[in-house]
Amino acid sequence: MSLLEVRDLSVTFTRSGQQPVRAVDGVSFDVAAGQSVGIVGESGSGKSVTSLAVMGLLPSRGVSVGGTVTLDGNELTSMDQRALRDVRGRDVAMIFQDPMTSLNPVVTIGRQLTEVLIRHAGLAKGEAKAEAEQLLRRVGIPDPVRRLGEYPHQLSGGMRQRVMIAIAIACRPKLLIADEPTTALDVTIQAQILDLLRTLVAESGCGMIMITHDLGVVAGLCDDVHVMYSGRIVESAGTKDLFARPSHPYTDGLLQSIPRIDDDDPDNLLHTIPGSARDTVPWDRGCAFQPRCERAVAECLSGPPPVAELGTPIVPHPVRCVRPVGEDVILHEGNVAR
Amino acid sequence: MSLLEVRDLEVHFPIKSGTLFQRTVGAVKAVDGVDLDIEAGTTFGLVGESGCGKSTLGRAIMRLIEPTKGSVTLDGQDILALSERKMRSVRRQFQMVFQDPMASLDPRQSVESLLTEPLRAHKFPGGSAGHAKRVRELLDVVGLPESVVNRYPHEFSGGQRQRLGIARALALNPALIIADEPVSALDVSIQAQVINLLKELQERFSLTYVVIAHDLAVVRHISKTVAVMYLGGIVEQAPAADLYRQPLHPYTKALMSAVPVPDPNVEETRSRILLQGDLPSPANPPAGCRFHTRCPWKQATKCDTERPALRELPLVAPGHKVACHYAEDILAGKITPHEVRPEEVELTPAGSSPGSIEATEAHVAGGLTPGGPPGAH
Repeated sequence: MSLLEVRDLSVTFTRSGQQPVRAVDGVSFDVAAGQSVGIVGESGSGKSVTSLAVMGLLPSRGVSVGGTVTLDGNELTSMDQRALRDVRGRDVAMIFQDPMTSLNPVVTIGRQLTEVLIRHAGLAKGEAKAEAEQLLRRVGIPDPVRRLGEYPHQLSGGMRQRVMIAIAIACRPKLLIADEPTTALDVTIQAQILDLLRTLVAESGCGMIMITHDLGVVAGLCDDVHVMYSGRIVESAGTKDLFARPSHPYTDGLLQSIPRIDDDDPDNLLHTIPGSARDTVPWDRGCAFQPRCERAVAECLSGPPPVAELGTPIVPHPVRCVRPVGEDVILHEGNVAR
Repeated sequence: MSLLEVRDLEVHFPIKSGTLFQRTVGAVKAVDGVDLDIEAGTTFGLVGESGCGKSTLGRAIMRLIEPTKGSVTLDGQDILALSERKMRSVRRQFQMVFQDPMASLDPRQSVESLLTEPLRAHKFPGGSAGHAKRVRELLDVVGLPESVVNRYPHEFSGGQRQRLGIARALALNPALIIADEPVSALDVSIQAQVINLLKELQERFSLTYVVIAHDLAVVRHISKTVAVMYLGGIVEQAPAADLYRQPLHPYTKALMSAVPVPDPNVEETRSRILLQGDLPSPANPPAGCRFHTRCPWKQATKCDTERPALRELPLVAPGHKVACHYAEDILAGKITPHEVRPEEVELTPAGSSPGSIEATEAHVAGGLTPGGPPGAH
């Protein structure tokens, strides 16, 4: 059994007098212990909302969450806030994009770190302090004793992100959710942080969900990838499989439109995906990507697109598309192998 | 002759101390002695990490920030010597495209008004009818329909807004466009559209670009020549293909090896040079080579005492300039990299420095991220 099982997760935002917005729709995926799973998508694709829903961090007013999230056999979506508070920080921990806004600016690094240890691990103050020092050392912060007494603004961006990671791994969580952990950082610092996350996952054997828009980050870090578009997963595969055989026209277009540093012929124009993510179709009427898709056919707008299994039962590669890249037949409910 | 010549440009921001009688106690050396030659009709890429001074350099060239020393010559005319009045009329020859089109377009101005403003300010010929015609031309050039003239910036997506920003920059037929992070706020699929647009416009109007970016892949894709900046100085400059094929400066090597490549097979096999520590403070840059504190190839002599000049290596790499004492030896493999211990970086120099402005900006920029340390709820 997997460490985390997300089944048919949906998140709808409602506001009085306005159309409800379905930010996440029918998302299912698994994370095994020791595995890194990437969720890739552009802004507005629902990747961050998915992670917040898994953590149970969405506000209760105006948001309805459907589906199930099972961590180690415990159902999280039906858990009450009290019980959930014990799970968060202890079993699941999250690393956010911008450590400046997610660390408390008026509390020392030391207190923010020991707070978690005292609250979740039940350590005494002195023990917690010693442990906090160890943690800072583990995430590669030089002179940890001095740093414990400092405030977030006294640290550089990369250091702050290391502190966030130290807080996240303080209670040895089973699952680590990293939401764009390196987007606010420079490339050389990004490389340091990714290297640290890679080592931590390998050493501790925890599962990791990596939420990012950068396919380069995914390529170097993740075992499995799910590509999201307009609230749904449109393609899932093992990382190598996905990059070798991108089958959803969106994934394929995205990979081709990235300028690459090892490009041999940079003089050509880049491949582009026309339009923007705003040009969309509701999923129940057809494929949300249809207005921007080069391979679109009439069938794309006849109801929700079926999920085609292009892999094998052992190495699955499901694609939500009626005409995946490399397939000539038009797929529909009848001829899709489930 | 080159269109733009920059010689020994320096931008130093004073650090003041004292409440009533402010004394200058130091300077943040944001740009510290930069020479550039940019040929007409080409794209010059300027890359570096945050805090290296690339944006300040771009703004100093436009005189949006007054340089403290040096000269900027555009088309044979010394820009820094011009009076403010003269400067205003010269400014139509060079325009800027900013990173965040939402922040750089006035939210209360319609597209028509946004695009007419530069025409009116510079007395573009043709009167209001001519201006209206020009606005439609500009929209057509950047691929927006004419029907958008009465709309406001918030009605557009990020990519469309950046197109508006480009249209505004093009309004007065400039010779030089300085684009500061033109695509970094955009989604990947939209980035490609804007990069292609910039390329097409360059061919059509024979524009000269200076593209400032932190994304090395984007810069490689559009530039003819690329310069790498570190802590206020250019450490390496070469034709794009040469630079990426054979980076000579240790910092460039590290920078390139840190860029993630969207290909798991490449990611698995390539070697990484992981730099230790952070960028030192530009208020108190290291003596000698600015990079020596983090350089895996640092040698016992010269590196920490003598600042290397940007020099061409005519024998091994013609046209390729590098500011490293030991570039030839590194290239020949005579020097091997070694471990570097991360050096402590002092973030807050004496008094409140202008360096803290950047920290505030970063704070505001990230203000929309859902936050709170886990477990604090």
